[in-house]
Amino acid sequence: MLAQLLQFVFSGLTVGATYALAALGFTLIYNASHVINFAQGEFIMLGGILTVVFLASGLPLPVAILLALLIPAVAGVVIEKLTIEPAKGAGVESLIIITIGASLVVRGLVQVWFGKGAATFPAFSGSTPIAVAGAALAPQSLWVLGSMAVIVVALWLFFSRTIAGKGILATAVDPLAAQLVGINTQRVLLVSFALAAAIGAAGGILLTPITMTSYDVGIMLGLKGFVAAVVGGLGSGPGAVIGGLLVGVIEALTAGYVSSAYKDAVPFVLIFVILFFMPRGLLGPKTTERV
Amino acid sequence: MSTARDTTVATGTTTAAAMAVTTSSASPHGAGDGIAAAVEAPLLSVRGLGSHYGRIAALRGVDLVVGRRQLVALVGANGAGKTTLLRTISGVQRATAGSIVFDGDDITTLRPDRRVRLGLCHVPEGRRVFGPLSVADNLVLGAYGRRDHDAVADDIERMYQMFPILRQRARLPAGTLSGGQQQMLAIARALMGRPRLLLLDEPSMGLAPRLVEEVFAAIVALRAQAMTILLVEQNAHAALAIADRGYVIETGEIVLSGNGKELLYNERVREAYLGL
Ligand SMILES: Nc1ncnc2c1ncn2[C@@H]1O[C@H](COP(=O)(O)OP(=O)(O)OP(=O)(O)O)[C@@H](O)[C@H]1O
Ligand SMILES: [Mg+2]
Repeated sequence: MLAQLLQFVFSGLTVGATYALAALGFTLIYNASHVINFAQGEFIMLGGILTVVFLASGLPLPVAILLALLIPAVAGVVIEKLTIEPAKGAGVESLIIITIGASLVVRGLVQVWFGKGAATFPAFSGSTPIAVAGAALAPQSLWVLGSMAVIVVALWLFFSRTIAGKGILATAVDPLAAQLVGINTQRVLLVSFALAAAIGAAGGILLTPITMTSYDVGIMLGLKGFVAAVVGGLGSGPGAVIGGLLVGVIEALTAGYVSSAYKDAVPFVLIFVILFFMPRGLLGPKTTERV
Repeated sequence: MSTARDTTVATGTTTAAAMAVTTSSASPHGAGDGIAAAVEAPLLSVRGLGSHYGRIAALRGVDLVVGRRQLVALVGANGAGKTTLLRTISGVQRATAGSIVFDGDDITTLRPDRRVRLGLCHVPEGRRVFGPLSVADNLVLGAYGRRDHDAVADDIERMYQMFPILRQRARLPAGTLSGGQQQMLAIARALMGRPRLLLLDEPSMGLAPRLVEEVFAAIVALRAQAMTILLVEQNAHAALAIADRGYVIETGEIVLSGNGKELLYNERVREAYLGL
């Protein structure tokens, strides 16, 4: 009974951590530009696929992971340079549609290059489950949750302790005032895209040994990350993390106790329920007005 | 009727030479400084500046010079283009004509963050402090472009001495400060950039009379420390009273310029801006 519940919660938290990382990506870019970057899901996909490819080519795991983080980060910068930057001043709605276009291009290219098949690689430290109160916890789940915790703490330190991080926050609050204190807001946007892409890719790399990956996993993972960001309160970092874990757990509980047929509908029901009662999400900013 | 001797009634074609010559003999810095200012190249020199919002011209052929260690006031009615001129000087608004030379460098097309590094610091209209960030973080961000990190801590300490209320509120979000306190913070934040030219856009706007006095006292204190200041004010009387030079802007053009005190007694200025 309890063991079963625990089992569902474990698997929910594991997937939820990936949603949380995707949601952090949405949050970073949203704060820097008010753009919802619907290419975020493709970074998750790239992380997994690239690790598969690099491992297959014989590179050791740490190197493969490093490259699978770096390349999506570069892709994020390129997407910003080629699509968002030239269309500056086109209005946020157009920019959002442009990101959807960019995601189609990335997905299409990977489909042609990698094929439609699913792929995976072995878990980082074996797959012998650890017994916890009758439930089985996969070691890879610990990797996912632990890595998420490290990334969250690193981001928190970056934004609260470094001048570069504070500069990004300042740009999110008031881009004009940020320029007037000497912040290159264009570069803030590029850094945000690179960070968001690498964080999303990290989620994809961590999750692949558990759920496999293929050229189109980014669609669902990205959408759920978006839901998590909105549920948590768009623009809030802690909100993104809580939103991600919440979406993951509720989804797993629904799949376990109701039917896995409804699993993918859960986040979208959740978004309506939360936004109906809390229009700004769980931890959304109290006011977005600037005088 | 008291027409000031060296008040230049400009029609948008005032020559810089004429302005340099009028560097006031009544300057509170004394005659020695007056001569030095006339010999030295000006710190900021704006020539034929134009700027547009879409197709609409907000600035046309603006000529303006700010000499070193001078306090220059720019006055004009609502919508005259004062904010646009400051925005164009600090680079967040594009110049569509003319040139901006700062300390001998042509900065007309330079990125705004680069201009801050050169020492052009702008206190924007409406203060625009970073509301969710702490007062201390706002000050730290004012020094964003600086590399002399050791000196930054000392400068923050100086800001706290200049505006003690900021020290008391250091850990609080800037958005929780009162309007007057936010104005002090906005000025302190700009000073953290170690400005060589401080641009102030209506620092007294929306403040209670006691706070207006406090803000003006701070400006007078800064100029006493030889800071070069370009001050935009709707409170034309108070601004011209403390200025070395004044410019009057109307619908995007400079229509009058001259010695600050003398502009105060200019018929046209008195009628249009001082309500006398
Ligand atoms: N963002 C904008 N888009 C279009 N027109 C603008 C914009 N900002 C200002 N303007 C116009 O440009 C002109 C100059 O405006 P500006 O804000 O520079 O005037 P100002 O002298 O600072 O006025 P105020 O005393 O009200 O602050 C005005 O006619 C104004 O309507
Ligand atoms: Mg204005």
